[in-house]
Amino acid sequence: MKAEQVIQTLQAMNQVIDREAQYLTDLDAAIGDGDHGINMKRGFAAVSTKLEGETSEDCGDVLKTVAMTLISTVGGASGPLYGTAFLKAAQAAKGKTDLNKEDALEILTAAVEGVQFRGKAARGEKTMLDLLIPVKEAYADALDEGLSLEETKQRIFSVMDESIAYTKTIIATKGRASYLGERSLGHQDPGATSSYFLIKTVLDSVE
Amino acid sequence: MVGIVLVSHSEKIAQGIRDLSMQMASPETKILAAGGLPGGEIGTDFQRILESIQKADSGDGVVVLVDLGSAIMSTEAALDFLDEDLRARVVLADAPIVEGAISCSVAASIGGSLEEVKAAAEESRGVSKF
Ligand SMILES: Nc1ncnc2c1ncn2[C@@H]1O[C@H](COP(=O)(O)OP(=O)(O)OP(=O)(O)O)[C@@H](O)[C@H]1O
Ligand SMILES: [Mg+2]
Repeated sequence: MKAEQVIQTLQAMNQVIDREAQYLTDLDAAIGDGDHGINMKRGFAAVSTKLEGETSEDCGDVLKTVAMTLISTVGGASGPLYGTAFLKAAQAAKGKTDLNKEDALEILTAAVEGVQFRGKAARGEKTMLDLLIPVKEAYADALDEGLSLEETKQRIFSVMDESIAYTKTIIATKGRASYLGERSLGHQDPGATSSYFLIKTVLDSVE
Repeated sequence: MVGIVLVSHSEKIAQGIRDLSMQMASPETKILAAGGLPGGEIGTDFQRILESIQKADSGDGVVVLVDLGSAIMSTEAALDFLDEDLRARVVLADAPIVEGAISCSVAASIGGSLEEVKAAAEESRGVSKF
């Protein structure tokens, strides 16, 4: 994947987030402060505008632009979290003009580490990590087993469905939802859901 | 003099705590309110936090007080973008933001060191109200 396609994928992310903003906000209204969709939409709209002027062929530069824009514009926890994820991803992609599937694993791994570094959460705390960590593991396994692209996508989509369902079964111990304690049970995590849309967009854009 | 930055999701909270603290501190104490988003909305603004820390420093360092959630993460992200020099003299206090701000404003205005001002804020954590 060349920088130009990376940019196209990010523009597609903006469209998906824009379309799903109300849904993300509704999920956040149930167990948080009802702004996740608003935050993500503000951030990705700014990313979209910023990328219109992006001319670098270095995928690292593109991801760095995204990182700085998200950190500066989102305004909620997802800003520093996704921002740091993209920042670590940018470091992993630095100097690369065409990303292959091994690069993708490195970038994804760095991004997930970024979220963990910034938010200091672990798996099982009802956050975006409950989707991102299983996705990263599933992708690493798929590469190891030499699965085809189609098989890899199927594997990741099914892991994502399980992960989203899993967030409904656990109590939040990080973020706004942790103030609800047991009342967060039964509700789907908004951050895991936005992560789902972002990963889905990447999967849909690779052929 | 040690500077103080107040990071809240709400511009009004940060400003209000600043007003409250300035009553007790000497007028030249640098207390900066970094609350809310540019449009007055609720949230935490990385850029505003970063600039406030830079402005609050007069060479003796800065203590940052935060409310919750992304206030901590946005502040920590901002710390990563300070130049090394300044970064070495900026600390986050683990303290309630109202009581902490008042205690550390007093400590700063009487010329407390960075460690003393941070400690003053954190001591307020264990103080019960009744
Ligand atoms: N420490 C954390 N680590 C990982 N993910 C987190 C953490 N805290 C919150 N999240 C994720 O962020 C999502 C909420 O994002 P949102 O944009 O609504 O921020 P917020 O919680 O409203 O921010 P704020 O802290 O400013 O109130 C949650 O659903 C969760 O997935
Ligand atoms: Mg929220």
